[in-house]
Amino acid sequence: MHPAYSVILFTTASGAGYGLLFWLAVLSVFDNLPADLTLGITGLGLSFALISGGLLSSTAHLGRPERAWRAFSQWRTSWLSREGVAAVATFLPFALFAYGWIVLGKNQGVFGFAGFVTAAMCMVTVWCTGMIYQSLPTIRSWHQPLVTPVYIALSLASGGILALTLLRLFGHESEDFGWLVVTVLAVSLLLKRVYWSFVDAAPRDRTSGSATGLGRFGRVRPLEAPHTQANFVMREMGFAVARKHAMKLRMIVQLAGFVLPLIALVLTLTTGGALIVPLTIAGLLAVAFGVTLERWLFFAEAQHVVTLYYGAEAA
Amino acid sequence: MTALPAPSSKKLGLVIDLDTCVGCQACATSCKEWNTSGYSAPLSDHDPYGADPDGAWLNRIHSYDVGEGATSRTVHFPRSCLHCETPACVTVCPTGASYKRAEDGIVLVDPDTCIGCKLCSWACAYGAREYDYADGVMKKCTLCVDRIYNETLEPADRVPACVKACPTGARHFGDLGDETSAVSQLVKAREGYDLLPEMGYKPVNKYLPPRPRRDAATTPASHSTSTTVPLKTDGSATEKLFAWADKLLSR
Repeated sequence: MHPAYSVILFTTASGAGYGLLFWLAVLSVFDNLPADLTLGITGLGLSFALISGGLLSSTAHLGRPERAWRAFSQWRTSWLSREGVAAVATFLPFALFAYGWIVLGKNQGVFGFAGFVTAAMCMVTVWCTGMIYQSLPTIRSWHQPLVTPVYIALSLASGGILALTLLRLFGHESEDFGWLVVTVLAVSLLLKRVYWSFVDAAPRDRTSGSATGLGRFGRVRPLEAPHTQANFVMREMGFAVARKHAMKLRMIVQLAGFVLPLIALVLTLTTGGALIVPLTIAGLLAVAFGVTLERWLFFAEAQHVVTLYYGAEAA
Repeated sequence: MTALPAPSSKKLGLVIDLDTCVGCQACATSCKEWNTSGYSAPLSDHDPYGADPDGAWLNRIHSYDVGEGATSRTVHFPRSCLHCETPACVTVCPTGASYKRAEDGIVLVDPDTCIGCKLCSWACAYGAREYDYADGVMKKCTLCVDRIYNETLEPADRVPACVKACPTGARHFGDLGDETSAVSQLVKAREGYDLLPEMGYKPVNKYLPPRPRRDAATTPASHSTSTTVPLKTDGSATEKLFAWADKLLSR
Protein backbone atom coordinates (compact mmCIF):
# COMPACT_ATOMS: atom_id res chain seq x y z
CA MET A 1 0.00 0.00 0.00
CA HIS A 2 1.20 3.47 -0.83
CA PRO A 3 2.23 5.23 2.40
CA ALA A 4 0.48 8.60 2.03
CA TYR A 5 2.41 11.06 4.18
CA SER A 6 -0.74 12.92 5.18
CA VAL A 7 -2.24 9.71 6.57
CA ILE A 8 0.97 8.74 8.38
CA LEU A 9 1.23 12.23 9.87
CA PHE A 10 -2.44 12.13 10.84
CA THR A 11 -2.39 8.77 12.59
CA THR A 12 0.89 9.35 14.44
CA ALA A 13 0.25 12.98 15.42
CA SER A 14 -3.36 12.55 16.44
CA GLY A 15 -2.49 9.21 18.09
CA ALA A 16 0.09 10.97 20.28
CA GLY A 17 -2.33 13.85 20.89
CA TYR A 18 -5.12 11.52 22.02
CA GLY A 19 -2.64 9.61 24.17
CA LEU A 20 -1.38 12.81 25.82
CA LEU A 21 -4.92 14.02 26.47
CA PHE A 22 -5.86 10.58 27.84
CA TRP A 23 -3.02 10.63 30.36
CA LEU A 24 -3.56 14.25 31.44
CA ALA A 25 -7.23 13.46 32.07
CA VAL A 26 -6.51 10.15 33.82
CA LEU A 27 -3.83 11.71 36.05
CA SER A 28 -6.24 14.51 36.98
CA VAL A 29 -9.04 12.12 37.87
CA PHE A 30 -7.12 9.30 39.51
CA ASP A 31 -3.81 10.83 40.66
CA ASN A 32 -4.86 14.30 41.86
CA LEU A 33 -2.65 16.06 39.35
CA PRO A 34 -2.91 19.75 40.29
CA ALA A 35 -4.63 22.05 37.78
CA ASP A 36 -1.40 23.91 37.11
CA LEU A 37 -2.06 26.70 34.61
CA THR A 38 1.21 26.35 32.65
CA LEU A 39 0.84 22.58 32.44
CA GLY A 40 -2.81 22.99 31.42
CA ILE A 41 -2.10 25.48 28.66
CA THR A 42 0.91 23.54 27.29
CA GLY A 43 -0.44 20.02 27.76
CA LEU A 44 -4.02 20.56 26.68
CA GLY A 45 -2.90 23.04 24.01
CA LEU A 46 -0.38 20.58 22.61
CA SER A 47 -2.88 17.72 22.54
CA PHE A 48 -5.40 20.00 20.82
CA ALA A 49 -2.76 21.03 18.27
CA LEU A 50 -1.68 17.44 17.61
CA ILE A 51 -5.25 16.16 17.29
CA SER A 52 -6.62 18.93 15.10
CA GLY A 53 -3.38 19.22 13.12
CA GLY A 54 -3.61 15.50 12.43
CA LEU A 55 -7.27 15.73 11.47
CA LEU A 56 -6.55 18.64 9.14
CA SER A 57 -3.62 16.81 7.57
CA SER A 58 -5.86 13.80 6.92
CA THR A 59 -8.14 15.98 4.81
CA ALA A 60 -5.10 16.80 2.64
CA HIS A 61 -5.34 13.43 0.91
CA LEU A 62 -9.00 13.95 0.02
CA GLY A 63 -9.89 14.79 -3.55
CA ARG A 64 -12.67 17.10 -2.34
CA PRO A 65 -11.74 18.36 1.16
CA GLU A 66 -14.57 20.91 1.07
CA ARG A 67 -17.03 18.01 1.26
CA ALA A 68 -15.31 16.40 4.28
CA TRP A 69 -18.34 17.16 6.49
CA ARG A 70 -20.28 14.51 4.59
CA ALA A 71 -18.04 11.87 6.19
CA PHE A 72 -19.98 12.19 9.46
CA SER A 73 -23.10 10.62 7.96
CA GLN A 74 -22.39 6.91 7.47
CA TRP A 75 -21.43 5.88 11.01
CA ARG A 76 -23.73 2.87 10.78
CA THR A 77 -21.44 0.98 8.39
CA SER A 78 -18.19 2.89 7.92
CA TRP A 79 -15.32 2.91 10.43
CA LEU A 80 -13.94 6.00 8.72
CA SER A 81 -17.21 7.78 9.39
CA ARG A 82 -17.27 6.50 12.99
CA GLU A 83 -13.74 7.83 13.46
CA GLY A 84 -14.85 11.26 12.26
CA VAL A 85 -17.89 11.29 14.55
CA ALA A 86 -15.83 10.10 17.55
CA ALA A 87 -13.09 12.66 16.85
CA VAL A 88 -15.55 15.55 16.81
CA ALA A 89 -17.52 14.18 19.78
CA THR A 90 -14.30 14.07 21.83
CA PHE A 91 -13.96 17.86 21.51
CA LEU A 92 -17.14 18.42 23.61
CA PRO A 93 -16.00 16.89 26.94
CA PHE A 94 -12.48 18.10 26.10
CA ALA A 95 -13.72 21.69 25.89
CA LEU A 96 -15.42 21.42 29.30
CA PHE A 97 -12.34 19.76 30.84
CA ALA A 98 -10.02 22.40 29.40
CA TYR A 99 -12.35 25.21 30.51
CA GLY A 100 -12.32 23.88 34.07
CA TRP A 101 -8.56 23.42 34.15
CA ILE A 102 -7.36 26.56 32.37
CA VAL A 103 -10.08 29.13 33.15
CA LEU A 104 -11.34 28.01 36.57
CA GLY A 105 -8.23 26.16 37.77
CA LYS A 106 -10.28 23.04 38.55
CA ASN A 107 -9.86 19.54 37.22
CA GLN A 108 -11.95 17.71 39.80
CA GLY A 109 -15.66 17.18 40.35
CA VAL A 110 -17.72 17.87 37.27
CA PHE A 111 -14.55 18.79 35.37
CA GLY A 112 -12.94 15.56 36.52
CA PHE A 113 -15.96 13.73 35.13
CA ALA A 114 -15.54 15.63 31.84
CA GLY A 115 -11.90 14.52 31.89
CA PHE A 116 -12.94 10.93 32.44
CA VAL A 117 -15.32 11.07 29.46
CA THR A 118 -12.60 12.78 27.40
CA ALA A 119 -10.12 10.00 28.20
CA ALA A 120 -12.65 7.34 27.19
CA MET A 121 -13.53 9.16 23.95
CA CYS A 122 -9.82 9.50 23.08
CA MET A 123 -9.45 5.75 23.12
CA VAL A 124 -12.75 5.21 21.25
CA THR A 125 -11.43 7.47 18.47
CA VAL A 126 -8.08 5.67 18.22
CA TRP A 127 -9.96 2.37 18.25
CA CYS A 128 -12.03 3.54 15.26
CA THR A 129 -8.82 4.55 13.45
CA GLY A 130 -7.37 1.08 13.94
CA MET A 131 -10.61 -0.56 12.80
CA ILE A 132 -10.51 1.31 9.47
CA TYR A 133 -7.47 -0.80 8.62
CA GLN A 134 -8.35 -3.97 10.52
CA SER A 135 -11.75 -4.23 8.79
CA LEU A 136 -10.28 -4.53 5.27
CA PRO A 137 -10.13 -8.20 4.19
CA THR A 138 -8.26 -7.22 1.02
CA ILE A 139 -5.01 -6.59 2.94
CA ARG A 140 -3.90 -9.62 4.89
CA SER A 141 -1.41 -7.84 7.15
CA TRP A 142 -4.08 -5.34 8.20
CA HIS A 143 -6.92 -7.82 8.64
CA GLN A 144 -5.40 -9.05 11.89
CA PRO A 145 -6.90 -8.90 15.39
CA LEU A 146 -3.86 -7.08 16.84
CA VAL A 147 -3.94 -4.09 14.46
CA THR A 148 -6.30 -2.02 16.62
CA PRO A 149 -4.67 -3.01 19.97
CA VAL A 150 -1.31 -1.89 18.52
CA TYR A 151 -2.82 1.44 17.42
CA ILE A 152 -4.14 1.97 20.95
CA ALA A 153 -0.89 0.84 22.59
CA LEU A 154 1.21 3.16 20.42
CA SER A 155 -1.13 6.06 21.13
CA LEU A 156 -0.80 5.45 24.87
CA ALA A 157 2.98 4.96 24.63
CA SER A 158 3.73 8.05 22.50
CA GLY A 159 1.22 10.16 24.44
CA GLY A 160 2.60 8.75 27.68
CA ILE A 161 6.21 9.77 27.11
CA LEU A 162 4.97 13.16 25.88
CA ALA A 163 2.95 13.60 29.07
CA LEU A 164 5.93 12.49 31.19
CA THR A 165 8.17 15.03 29.44
CA LEU A 166 5.73 17.86 30.21
CA LEU A 167 5.27 16.75 33.84
CA ARG A 168 9.03 16.74 34.33
CA LEU A 169 9.50 20.09 32.56
CA PHE A 170 6.93 21.71 34.83
CA GLY A 171 8.04 19.96 38.00
CA HIS A 172 5.19 17.52 38.52
CA GLU A 173 7.48 14.52 38.61
CA SER A 174 5.63 11.35 39.42
CA GLU A 175 7.75 8.23 39.74
CA ASP A 176 4.76 5.90 39.54
CA PHE A 177 3.72 7.45 36.23
CA GLY A 178 7.27 7.08 34.95
CA TRP A 179 7.15 3.34 35.59
CA LEU A 180 3.68 3.19 34.04
CA VAL A 181 5.03 4.73 30.82
CA VAL A 182 7.90 2.23 30.89
CA THR A 183 5.34 -0.59 31.20
CA VAL A 184 3.19 0.75 28.37
CA LEU A 185 6.24 1.05 26.09
CA ALA A 186 7.30 -2.51 26.91
CA VAL A 187 3.79 -3.88 26.32
CA SER A 188 3.59 -1.99 23.01
CA LEU A 189 6.86 -3.53 21.86
CA LEU A 190 5.60 -6.97 22.82
CA LEU A 191 2.27 -6.44 21.01
CA LYS A 192 4.00 -5.23 17.86
CA ARG A 193 6.35 -8.22 17.88
CA VAL A 194 3.44 -10.64 18.31
CA TYR A 195 1.63 -8.79 15.51
CA TRP A 196 4.63 -9.24 13.19
CA SER A 197 4.84 -12.93 14.03
CA PHE A 198 1.10 -13.30 13.23
CA VAL A 199 1.50 -11.47 9.92
CA ASP A 200 4.55 -13.48 8.91
CA ALA A 201 2.84 -16.77 9.78
CA ALA A 202 -0.46 -15.97 8.02
CA PRO A 203 -0.75 -18.16 4.90
CA ARG A 204 -0.65 -16.28 1.60
CA ASP A 205 -3.30 -18.50 0.07
CA ARG A 206 -4.88 -16.09 -2.39
CA THR A 207 -3.24 -16.68 -5.73
CA SER A 208 -3.18 -15.25 -9.23
CA GLY A 209 -4.88 -18.53 -10.19
CA SER A 210 -7.82 -17.80 -7.90
CA ALA A 211 -7.95 -14.10 -8.81
CA THR A 212 -8.34 -14.92 -12.51
CA GLY A 213 -9.96 -18.33 -12.06
CA LEU A 214 -7.35 -19.67 -14.47
CA GLY A 215 -5.29 -21.61 -11.93
CA ARG A 216 -6.92 -24.82 -13.15
CA PHE A 217 -4.85 -24.51 -16.37
CA GLY A 218 -1.53 -24.03 -14.63
CA ARG A 219 0.60 -21.12 -13.50
CA VAL A 220 -0.79 -17.67 -14.34
CA ARG A 221 1.79 -15.06 -15.39
CA PRO A 222 1.17 -11.60 -16.78
CA LEU A 223 1.92 -11.42 -20.51
CA GLU A 224 0.77 -7.91 -21.25
CA ALA A 225 -0.44 -5.19 -18.89
CA PRO A 226 -3.63 -3.30 -19.76
CA HIS A 227 -1.74 -0.07 -20.36
CA THR A 228 1.82 0.99 -21.05
CA GLN A 229 2.01 3.28 -18.01
CA ALA A 230 1.19 2.72 -14.35
CA ASN A 231 -2.31 3.55 -13.20
CA PHE A 232 -4.01 4.59 -9.96
CA VAL A 233 -4.56 1.01 -8.78
CA MET A 234 -0.89 0.11 -9.28
CA ARG A 235 0.37 3.26 -7.58
CA GLU A 236 -2.03 3.18 -4.63
CA MET A 237 -2.18 -0.57 -4.01
CA GLY A 238 0.95 -1.89 -5.67
CA PHE A 239 3.51 0.01 -3.59
CA ALA A 240 6.39 -2.35 -2.82
CA VAL A 241 9.38 -0.03 -2.50
CA ALA A 242 11.71 -0.86 0.39
CA ARG A 243 9.79 -4.03 1.22
CA LYS A 244 13.04 -5.93 0.80
CA HIS A 245 14.51 -3.88 3.63
CA ALA A 246 11.52 -4.58 5.84
CA MET A 247 13.44 -6.72 8.32
CA LYS A 248 16.11 -4.04 8.86
CA LEU A 249 13.44 -1.36 9.17
CA ARG A 250 11.56 -3.45 11.73
CA MET A 251 14.76 -3.63 13.74
CA ILE A 252 15.16 0.16 13.57
CA VAL A 253 11.54 0.60 14.69
CA GLN A 254 12.14 -1.63 17.70
CA LEU A 255 15.39 0.10 18.64
CA ALA A 256 14.32 3.71 18.13
CA GLY A 257 10.67 3.40 19.08
CA PHE A 258 11.01 1.19 22.12
CA VAL A 259 14.43 -0.04 23.27
CA LEU A 260 16.27 3.31 23.36
CA PRO A 261 13.41 5.21 25.07
CA LEU A 262 13.01 2.35 27.55
CA ILE A 263 16.71 2.56 28.45
CA ALA A 264 16.49 6.37 28.71
CA LEU A 265 13.40 6.26 30.95
CA VAL A 266 14.73 3.53 33.22
CA LEU A 267 17.95 5.54 33.63
CA THR A 268 15.98 8.65 34.64
CA LEU A 269 13.95 6.61 37.11
CA THR A 270 16.88 4.86 38.73
CA THR A 271 19.68 7.45 38.74
CA GLY A 272 18.09 10.91 38.65
CA GLY A 273 20.13 14.08 38.53
CA ALA A 274 20.47 16.84 35.97
CA LEU A 275 20.13 14.45 33.04
CA ILE A 276 16.50 13.58 33.76
CA VAL A 277 14.90 16.13 31.43
CA PRO A 278 17.41 15.78 28.53
CA LEU A 279 17.14 11.98 28.69
CA THR A 280 13.32 12.13 28.71
CA ILE A 281 13.32 14.47 25.70
CA ALA A 282 15.78 12.19 23.88
CA GLY A 283 13.46 9.26 24.60
CA LEU A 284 10.49 11.27 23.29
CA LEU A 285 12.30 12.10 20.05
CA ALA A 286 13.27 8.45 19.60
CA VAL A 287 9.63 7.38 20.10
CA ALA A 288 8.43 9.99 17.60
CA PHE A 289 10.89 8.73 14.99
CA GLY A 290 10.22 5.06 15.73
CA VAL A 291 6.43 5.33 15.69
CA THR A 292 6.46 7.33 12.43
CA LEU A 293 8.68 4.69 10.83
CA GLU A 294 6.42 1.96 12.24
CA ARG A 295 3.41 3.59 10.61
CA TRP A 296 5.23 3.99 7.30
CA LEU A 297 6.23 0.33 7.40
CA PHE A 298 2.65 -0.65 8.27
CA PHE A 299 1.65 0.75 4.86
CA ALA A 300 4.76 -0.18 2.86
CA GLU A 301 4.68 -3.82 3.98
CA ALA A 302 0.95 -4.25 3.36
CA GLN A 303 0.20 -6.23 0.21
CA HIS A 304 -3.20 -5.70 -1.39
CA VAL A 305 -4.97 -8.62 -3.04
CA VAL A 306 -5.39 -6.62 -6.29
CA THR A 307 -1.64 -7.03 -6.91
CA LEU A 308 -2.53 -10.58 -7.99
CA TYR A 309 -3.80 -9.11 -11.26
CA TYR A 310 -0.53 -7.25 -11.76
CA GLY A 311 1.99 -10.05 -11.41
CA ALA A 312 2.01 -11.06 -7.74
CA GLU A 313 1.61 -14.83 -7.43
CA ALA A 314 0.21 -14.90 -3.91
CA ALA A 315 -1.25 -12.42 -1.44
CA MET B 1 -26.77 5.41 2.09
CA THR B 2 -23.92 2.94 2.42
CA ALA B 3 -25.96 0.35 4.31
CA LEU B 4 -26.69 -2.36 1.77
CA PRO B 5 -30.28 -2.71 0.58
CA ALA B 6 -32.10 -6.03 0.96
CA PRO B 7 -30.88 -8.36 -1.81
CA SER B 8 -32.73 -7.54 -5.01
CA SER B 9 -34.22 -10.27 -7.14
CA LYS B 10 -32.89 -8.48 -10.19
CA LYS B 11 -29.10 -8.71 -10.43
CA LEU B 12 -27.86 -6.98 -13.54
CA GLY B 13 -24.35 -7.90 -14.55
CA LEU B 14 -21.94 -9.09 -17.19
CA VAL B 15 -20.82 -12.52 -18.26
CA ILE B 16 -17.35 -12.46 -19.82
CA ASP B 17 -16.25 -15.29 -22.04
CA LEU B 18 -12.49 -15.82 -21.69
CA ASP B 19 -12.63 -18.36 -24.50
CA THR B 20 -13.65 -15.89 -27.16
CA CYS B 21 -12.06 -12.66 -25.89
CA VAL B 22 -9.27 -11.69 -28.26
CA GLY B 23 -7.88 -8.83 -26.18
CA CYS B 24 -8.62 -6.19 -28.83
CA GLN B 25 -9.39 -3.48 -26.20
CA ALA B 26 -12.53 -2.41 -28.08
CA CYS B 27 -14.63 -2.76 -24.90
CA ALA B 28 -12.19 -0.61 -22.90
CA THR B 29 -12.06 2.06 -25.60
CA SER B 30 -15.81 2.10 -26.07
CA CYS B 31 -16.29 2.27 -22.28
CA LYS B 32 -13.94 5.24 -22.03
CA GLU B 33 -15.67 7.00 -24.92
CA TRP B 34 -19.19 6.56 -23.54
CA ASN B 35 -18.39 7.29 -19.93
CA THR B 36 -16.26 10.35 -20.49
CA SER B 37 -19.40 12.08 -21.72
CA GLY B 38 -22.01 10.18 -19.71
CA TYR B 39 -22.62 9.51 -16.02
CA SER B 40 -18.91 9.44 -15.17
CA ALA B 41 -18.01 12.61 -17.09
CA PRO B 42 -15.31 13.78 -17.10
CA LEU B 43 -13.36 10.55 -17.12
CA SER B 44 -10.16 12.50 -17.21
CA ASP B 45 -6.69 11.80 -18.51
CA HIS B 46 -3.40 13.35 -17.52
CA ASP B 47 -0.73 14.02 -20.13
CA PRO B 48 -2.64 11.92 -22.72
CA TYR B 49 -0.29 12.67 -25.61
CA GLY B 50 2.90 13.03 -23.57
CA ALA B 51 5.60 10.68 -22.36
CA ASP B 52 3.68 9.47 -19.31
CA PRO B 53 0.00 9.21 -20.24
CA ASP B 54 -2.31 8.36 -17.39
CA GLY B 55 -6.03 8.32 -16.84
CA ALA B 56 -9.07 6.82 -15.18
CA TRP B 57 -10.45 3.77 -16.95
CA LEU B 58 -13.40 1.66 -15.84
CA ASN B 59 -12.41 -1.44 -17.75
CA ARG B 60 -8.88 -2.79 -18.19
CA ILE B 61 -7.86 -5.75 -20.30
CA HIS B 62 -5.01 -7.92 -19.04
CA SER B 63 -3.32 -10.69 -20.99
CA TYR B 64 -1.97 -13.70 -19.14
CA ASP B 65 0.25 -16.57 -20.07
CA VAL B 66 -1.32 -19.61 -18.44
CA GLY B 67 0.23 -23.06 -18.03
CA GLU B 68 3.63 -24.35 -19.03
CA GLY B 69 5.43 -25.19 -22.23
CA ALA B 70 3.57 -26.75 -25.15
CA THR B 71 0.23 -26.70 -23.36
CA SER B 72 0.40 -23.07 -22.25
CA ARG B 73 -2.06 -20.56 -23.62
CA THR B 74 -2.67 -16.85 -23.79
CA VAL B 75 -5.82 -15.71 -22.03
CA HIS B 76 -7.14 -12.16 -22.40
CA PHE B 77 -8.82 -11.04 -19.24
CA PRO B 78 -11.10 -7.96 -19.07
CA ARG B 79 -11.38 -6.61 -15.53
CA SER B 80 -14.05 -4.20 -14.32
CA CYS B 81 -16.51 -3.79 -11.43
CA LEU B 82 -18.29 -7.08 -10.66
CA HIS B 83 -21.26 -5.35 -8.95
CA CYS B 84 -20.86 -7.61 -5.91
CA GLU B 85 -23.84 -8.63 -3.80
CA THR B 86 -21.97 -7.73 -0.59
CA PRO B 87 -19.60 -5.00 -1.76
CA ALA B 88 -17.24 -3.78 0.97
CA CYS B 89 -16.49 -0.73 -1.20
CA VAL B 90 -20.01 0.47 -0.42
CA THR B 91 -20.10 -0.18 3.33
CA VAL B 92 -16.72 1.48 4.00
CA CYS B 93 -17.77 4.71 2.28
CA PRO B 94 -18.00 7.46 4.94
CA THR B 95 -20.24 9.80 2.96
CA GLY B 96 -22.91 7.62 1.39
CA ALA B 97 -21.64 8.51 -2.09
CA SER B 98 -21.14 4.80 -2.81
CA TYR B 99 -24.32 2.82 -2.95
CA LYS B 100 -25.86 -0.34 -4.28
CA ARG B 101 -29.16 0.16 -6.08
CA ALA B 102 -32.03 -1.73 -4.48
CA GLU B 103 -33.87 -2.21 -7.77
CA ASP B 104 -31.18 -3.87 -9.90
CA GLY B 105 -28.05 -4.27 -7.77
CA ILE B 106 -25.87 -1.84 -9.74
CA VAL B 107 -23.08 -0.34 -7.58
CA LEU B 108 -22.63 3.38 -8.22
CA VAL B 109 -20.72 6.39 -6.90
CA ASP B 110 -22.51 9.71 -6.62
CA PRO B 111 -19.91 12.12 -8.05
CA ASP B 112 -21.59 15.05 -6.26
CA THR B 113 -21.04 13.69 -2.74
CA CYS B 114 -17.83 11.64 -3.08
CA ILE B 115 -14.96 13.23 -1.11
CA GLY B 116 -12.22 11.24 -2.85
CA CYS B 117 -10.90 9.51 0.29
CA LYS B 118 -10.10 6.39 -1.81
CA LEU B 119 -11.03 3.99 1.00
CA CYS B 120 -13.41 2.15 -1.38
CA SER B 121 -10.48 1.37 -3.67
CA TRP B 122 -8.70 -0.20 -0.69
CA ALA B 123 -11.76 -2.31 0.13
CA CYS B 124 -12.25 -3.56 -3.45
CA ALA B 125 -10.43 -6.81 -4.21
CA TYR B 126 -10.73 -6.39 -7.95
CA GLY B 127 -9.14 -2.99 -8.56
CA ALA B 128 -12.43 -1.82 -10.03
CA ARG B 129 -12.42 1.67 -8.57
CA GLU B 130 -10.09 4.32 -9.89
CA TYR B 131 -9.42 7.79 -8.61
CA ASP B 132 -9.93 10.60 -11.09
CA TYR B 133 -7.05 12.96 -10.25
CA ALA B 134 -8.59 15.89 -12.12
CA ASP B 135 -12.14 15.44 -10.81
CA GLY B 136 -11.10 14.51 -7.25
CA VAL B 137 -13.66 11.70 -6.98
CA MET B 138 -13.75 7.94 -7.49
CA LYS B 139 -14.90 6.49 -10.80
CA LYS B 140 -16.17 3.01 -11.52
CA CYS B 141 -18.18 0.93 -13.99
CA THR B 142 -21.82 2.05 -13.93
CA LEU B 143 -22.96 -0.89 -16.05
CA CYS B 144 -23.85 1.98 -18.40
CA VAL B 145 -26.84 2.84 -16.26
CA ASP B 146 -27.35 5.79 -18.62
CA ARG B 147 -27.66 3.43 -21.62
CA ILE B 148 -29.53 0.37 -20.40
CA TYR B 149 -32.63 2.34 -19.34
CA ASN B 150 -32.26 5.05 -21.98
CA GLU B 151 -35.47 5.23 -23.95
CA THR B 152 -34.00 7.63 -26.47
CA LEU B 153 -31.78 4.80 -27.71
CA GLU B 154 -32.96 1.98 -29.96
CA PRO B 155 -33.85 -1.10 -27.84
CA ALA B 156 -30.90 -2.97 -29.39
CA ASP B 157 -28.54 -0.30 -28.09
CA ARG B 158 -29.78 -0.46 -24.49
CA VAL B 159 -26.81 -2.55 -23.37
CA PRO B 160 -23.50 -1.46 -21.81
CA ALA B 161 -21.10 0.15 -24.29
CA CYS B 162 -18.53 -2.63 -23.78
CA VAL B 163 -21.06 -5.31 -24.70
CA LYS B 164 -22.16 -3.37 -27.76
CA ALA B 165 -18.55 -2.90 -28.91
CA CYS B 166 -17.23 -6.45 -28.48
CA PRO B 167 -16.54 -7.84 -31.99
CA THR B 168 -16.39 -11.48 -30.86
CA GLY B 169 -19.46 -11.58 -28.64
CA ALA B 170 -17.35 -12.29 -25.58
CA ARG B 171 -19.37 -9.98 -23.36
CA HIS B 172 -22.97 -10.69 -22.35
CA PHE B 173 -25.31 -8.47 -20.34
CA GLY B 174 -28.42 -9.54 -18.47
CA ASP B 175 -30.18 -10.39 -15.23
CA LEU B 176 -28.14 -12.93 -13.30
CA GLY B 177 -30.80 -13.05 -10.59
CA ASP B 178 -33.23 -14.65 -13.05
CA GLU B 179 -32.38 -18.32 -13.53
CA THR B 180 -34.18 -18.45 -16.87
CA SER B 181 -32.32 -15.50 -18.40
CA ALA B 182 -29.95 -16.09 -21.30
CA VAL B 183 -26.93 -15.05 -19.22
CA SER B 184 -27.86 -17.38 -16.37
CA GLN B 185 -28.29 -20.26 -18.82
CA LEU B 186 -24.92 -19.43 -20.34
CA VAL B 187 -23.24 -19.45 -16.93
CA LYS B 188 -24.85 -22.81 -16.19
CA ALA B 189 -23.88 -24.38 -19.52
CA ARG B 190 -20.29 -23.14 -19.48
CA GLU B 191 -19.64 -23.45 -15.74
CA GLY B 192 -19.14 -19.74 -15.21
CA TYR B 193 -17.27 -18.82 -12.05
CA ASP B 194 -16.61 -16.03 -9.53
CA LEU B 195 -13.28 -14.24 -9.13
CA LEU B 196 -11.72 -14.61 -5.66
CA PRO B 197 -14.81 -16.29 -4.17
CA GLU B 198 -12.90 -16.64 -0.87
CA MET B 199 -13.21 -12.87 -0.34
CA GLY B 200 -16.93 -13.38 0.26
CA TYR B 201 -17.97 -10.33 -1.79
CA LYS B 202 -20.27 -12.50 -3.96
CA PRO B 203 -19.60 -10.95 -7.38
CA VAL B 204 -22.58 -10.79 -9.73
CA ASN B 205 -20.46 -10.75 -12.91
CA LYS B 206 -19.33 -14.19 -14.00
CA TYR B 207 -16.41 -15.39 -16.10
CA LEU B 208 -16.62 -18.31 -18.54
CA PRO B 209 -13.43 -20.41 -18.62
CA PRO B 210 -11.51 -21.03 -21.85
CA ARG B 211 -12.64 -24.28 -23.45
CA PRO B 212 -10.21 -27.25 -23.36
CA ARG B 213 -7.60 -27.23 -26.09
CA ARG B 214 -8.62 -29.17 -29.17
CA ASP B 215 -5.06 -30.41 -29.67
CA ALA B 216 -4.70 -31.70 -26.10
CA ALA B 217 -4.47 -35.28 -27.39
CA THR B 218 -1.57 -34.43 -29.70
CA THR B 219 0.71 -33.00 -27.03
CA PRO B 220 3.85 -35.02 -26.25
CA ALA B 221 3.35 -37.83 -23.76
CA SER B 222 5.77 -36.24 -21.32
CA HIS B 223 3.54 -33.18 -21.29
CA SER B 224 0.24 -35.00 -20.98
CA THR B 225 -2.48 -33.02 -19.29
CA SER B 226 -2.35 -35.27 -16.24
CA THR B 227 1.07 -33.87 -15.34
CA THR B 228 0.72 -30.30 -16.49
CA VAL B 229 -2.51 -29.50 -14.69
CA PRO B 230 -1.47 -29.07 -11.08
CA LEU B 231 -3.37 -31.38 -8.81
CA LYS B 232 -4.88 -30.15 -5.60
CA THR B 233 -3.02 -31.96 -2.87
CA ASP B 234 -4.23 -32.67 0.61
CA GLY B 235 -1.39 -35.08 1.45
CA SER B 236 -3.65 -38.07 2.10
CA ALA B 237 -2.40 -41.63 1.69
CA THR B 238 -4.74 -42.20 -1.27
CA GLU B 239 -3.35 -39.15 -2.98
CA LYS B 240 0.25 -40.27 -2.40
CA LEU B 241 -0.67 -43.63 -3.85
CA PHE B 242 -2.11 -42.01 -6.97
CA ALA B 243 0.88 -39.72 -7.27
CA TRP B 244 3.20 -42.75 -7.03
CA ALA B 245 1.10 -44.59 -9.60
CA ASP B 246 1.10 -41.53 -11.87
CA LYS B 247 4.87 -41.29 -11.64
CA LEU B 248 5.31 -45.00 -12.33
CA LEU B 249 2.97 -44.94 -15.32
CA SER B 250 4.55 -41.83 -16.80
CA ARG B 251 7.98 -43.51 -17.21
